[in-house]
Parts: sequence; structure tokens; C-alpha cells
Amino acid sequence: MIVSEDIRRISKIARLELTEEEVREFTKQIDDILEAFKALEKVDTKNVKPSFQPLEIKNVWREDIPKEYEWNPLGNTENKKDNYFKGPRSV
Amino acid sequence: MKVKDYLIQAKEGQIDLEDFISKTLEKSAKIQKKYSPFITINDNIDIKSLKKGKLFGLPISIKDNICTKGLKTTAGSKILHNYIPPFDSFVVKRVKEEGGMVLGKTTMDEFGHGTFNINSPFAIPKNPWDNERTCGGSSGGAGCLTQTSDFPHIAIAESTGGSISCPASFTNTVGITPTYGRVSRWGLISYANSLDKIGTIGKTIEDASLLLSIISGYDEMDSTSIDAKQEDYANYLADDIKGMKIGVPKEYFGEGVDEEVKKIIWSNIKMLESLGATYEECSLPHTNVAIPAYYVIAMSETSTNLAKFCGLRYGLEKEIKEGEGFNEYFSGVRKEGFGKEAKRRIIMGTYTRMAGYRDQFYLKAMKVRTLIIQDFKNAFKKYDVLVTPTMPIIPPKFSEIEKLSPLQIYMLDILTLPPNLSGTPMISVPGGFSHGLPVGMHIIADHLQEKKMIQVAHTFEQNTNFNKLVMK
Repeated sequence: MIVSEDIRRISKIARLELTEEEVREFTKQIDDILEAFKALEKVDTKNVKPSFQPLEIKNVWREDIPKEYEWNPLGNTENKKDNYFKGPRSV
Repeated sequence: MKVKDYLIQAKEGQIDLEDFISKTLEKSAKIQKKYSPFITINDNIDIKSLKKGKLFGLPISIKDNICTKGLKTTAGSKILHNYIPPFDSFVVKRVKEEGGMVLGKTTMDEFGHGTFNINSPFAIPKNPWDNERTCGGSSGGAGCLTQTSDFPHIAIAESTGGSISCPASFTNTVGITPTYGRVSRWGLISYANSLDKIGTIGKTIEDASLLLSIISGYDEMDSTSIDAKQEDYANYLADDIKGMKIGVPKEYFGEGVDEEVKKIIWSNIKMLESLGATYEECSLPHTNVAIPAYYVIAMSETSTNLAKFCGLRYGLEKEIKEGEGFNEYFSGVRKEGFGKEAKRRIIMGTYTRMAGYRDQFYLKAMKVRTLIIQDFKNAFKKYDVLVTPTMPIIPPKFSEIEKLSPLQIYMLDILTLPPNLSGTPMISVPGGFSHGLPVGMHIIADHLQEKKMIQVAHTFEQNTNFNKLVMK
């Protein structure tokens, strides 16, 4: 059972502020959804390996050769100063 | 004019491209006014730079989660409302190398989160067969534009759980979702990495196959790209299915599937039989758990993918206040930038990956996916293709959708989720009409066997006229 306190806690972890109305709405909806998703528990998956991809994929490697930037990384932001991105204070 | 005929004429210099483009843009603006398939129309097409390739002079629309250099790409989200990509995605690069023109960016549910293309702060496309109904999602704009365009055009769309097939079914167009890894996702704004596939929507099997031939192939920039031989799907546009074996999974004709939809698809199967194929009913026993497996995987992956949208470097930004901390700033931008469905999926995906729940939901869903893949693998030992309805219903009205809960909407993906989870290729073709509205038929093939489904689809198309019917 999901309660609104759970939703508030998850929203902090997800760095996603929710309004009180959203918390109320999501609590009921997500509780219903997770309840329905418990159908997974009934499936026997003993000795079944998880499929993290639909087809088996092997690691691929390439030489680590530096390339020149073809674009200006600062071109899509207002928050910049000199040649740096500007962000909120971290310490 | 058919795409094929147009391409021959354009190549031979019989088309005044400047005139063609200005008329196409005029027509696009009219279509936009009536049906809203675009987020952005590209009124900056440079004719002089067009290369004389296989798509020379052909308008191609691109779903708005696929990056186009210098042309706004929003993924249907306010958080990317002003994003101008500094590079072209792999598929757009391929289109340009072959002389195609990017006509515009088509509407979608925010980040692909939806079945009806209603979850977006931008334009909501209207179904050309009935304006009060949805075009389907999430690639609703691609289906809508393909149906409404009276000029030669093919669309690039994208599917995570059915986002190509659903709008193809609802707009009476042809949608191809290729094998997972067949088309590079370099430059796609990801929803869920282990599920996302770029594909095509066209008026005919020939159109959709032509564009698929061009955009598929190995790309070192996508680590999941399959190093398989690039095929020309035009080679499979046959009119013969003699000896082919069709499986009809009984779970796809069960409860919740509209009776008339079932009837139409069954009569199509009988028709395929009369054209020389054989069919047999079969079972994909794990179909009923595809919905929770898919949504747990997709939400878990999307909650990590969307973590990069934090109001720094690109997209929606706010003024950074003196003394404001990182978390406060990020949470505030994300609150404003994400729509409700994106928020719901981030919250659920964060929950299903959390310590204590990871094994119960996330890992379990990955194991159930193995069983669903095995269902398909077993079926394809016996059958060349599987034939099912694409969607369990005809396109609903917007007023009907409003009354549905999120869970009820997720349930409507039941027929498209299993093949999407399995990464098998699929094609939705116009299969008939119910109450004057289109019904799509789904043809599913084994991994890398696109040719088989194209062969069956083309034979079916040649012997029917469902895609030639004119809108009201």
C-alpha cells in the first residue's frame, strides 16, 4: 500500500517537486497501478535469467581517440560565464 | 503522386523543386491548421544543398524526439521547449545523405509517454477520419501527417511500446517497427533504452520499406546497433505468400478486444489463406503479464533517462538565485518542465528501482521478459509470421479518453507491448473499417526477419483497397 508520505519521499529522491494536489492524485493512481503490477509475482521465474536487452548484446569497444568538438557546448544555455556552465552553489 | 513516381521525376529534373517546396509548405500549413500534426514546420529548406541520392527532393517528417541540426527538437516536452540540437541524429544524417528534405518535426506524447498523443503541452493531432478522435500515440503526428498529406512524403517515427503501430492503426497508414538494434538510436532522446526503436510510417508498404532500407544499418555510435547486412526491402515487395505459415495467437483475440475488430482481422486471415498461406491458432502464454513487465521496465529506465533534464546546459532554465542549492534548483525546474504523465512515470520508476523493491519489480520484470521472448521464439520455430489486431479498439474520442484512469489507458497497449518487449519487428497495415474508422492489422516476424512480414503485408495490400479509401 502506497501512502502520500511515500510519494513525497520518492519525489525528493527523484529531485522532482510535486504540488500537494499531485501528491494526492498520484498516491491513489500509483497504488492502483502497483497493485495490478503484482501480477508479476505469480509468474514462476525460477532458473529464468533476466533479459536486460531483447536480443543478446555483447560489449563493443573502440579505440579511445579524442575528437575535436564540432559544436559549441555552451550554445544552448543562458546560464554561462566565461567558458563555463553556471550552476547553483554546491557547497 | 506516388512517392516512387515523384522520385523518378525529381531525379530526371522534371520537378521544379523550388515551386514544389513552396507548395508543400503551403499545404503543410493548411494541414497544421486543421489537424495539428507538427510541432515545428521547417521553412528553412535549402534546395541547393540537396544531394542527388535515393530520396532526392522528397519531404521527410521527423518525430520530435529525434535530433535535427539547427531545427528545434522538443521531444514533446516543455523542458526542451527551446532546444536546438547542434548535430543530426544518425537517421536524419542518412536521410540528408540520400537527398531527402526535413519537412518538419511531428507531434508526440511527451518523451513518448502515451497511447493517444494527448500528453503534451504542444499541439494535439486530430484524427483525419473524425476530428473528435485521437490519432493514437505516441507518434501521433507522424501518422496524422502521412494520412493527410496529398504530396509525396514519408515519416520517421519511433516506438518504445507500440508508438509506431498504434498511430498507424488509428490513422489507416503503414507503420514499420524494425528489430531492436536494426536502426541506430544515435541522436534519439531516449525514453527507455532497452525498448526504443526508430521506424517509419508511410501511405504504402513500399513507402515505409523504402525509408527503412535507408535508415537501417550498423552505427558505431549506438552500442546496441546490430552489425547485420543492410537490406533493400524493396526486394520483398512480393505478391505471393504461397506456402507461408501464419500463427494466430489466441490471447490476442481475448477479452477486451472489440468484437468487430476481431471479426475483421479473422476475415483478413481467411483471405491470406485464400492467397496461398496456411494458418493455425497458437498460444503465447505470457501475454497477460506483458503489461506489468513492460511498464516496470519502461518506467524504471525513463526515470533514469529523464534525470539528465535538470535545467542546466540546455532546455528550460531558471534564474539561479543567490544561495539556492543544487537540489532545490533541479526540483524546481523539473516541477515546471515535466507534464503529469512524465512525473507519474518518474515517481513510479524511481520506486521500482529503490532498495527493497528492485528485486520484486525491476528484476522480476526482466525475468518475465525472458519468458515473453521465449514465447515468440517458440512460435517462430513453427510460423513465418504472427497475425493479430494492432489495437484492441478503434480510435476513441478525446472525451472518452478523459474518463480513463492511467491504468485503464496502459491496459489498451496489451497487443503491442509483447512484440515491443521482445524486440521483434512488426508492421501495422490498414486492415479494414469499423463504424467508418480504421482497424489496423499487425504482422509480427522473428528477429531480423523484416522481409517476411513485408512480403505478407505487401501481398495483403495488393489484394485489398483499405489504404486507398478516401477520408470524409
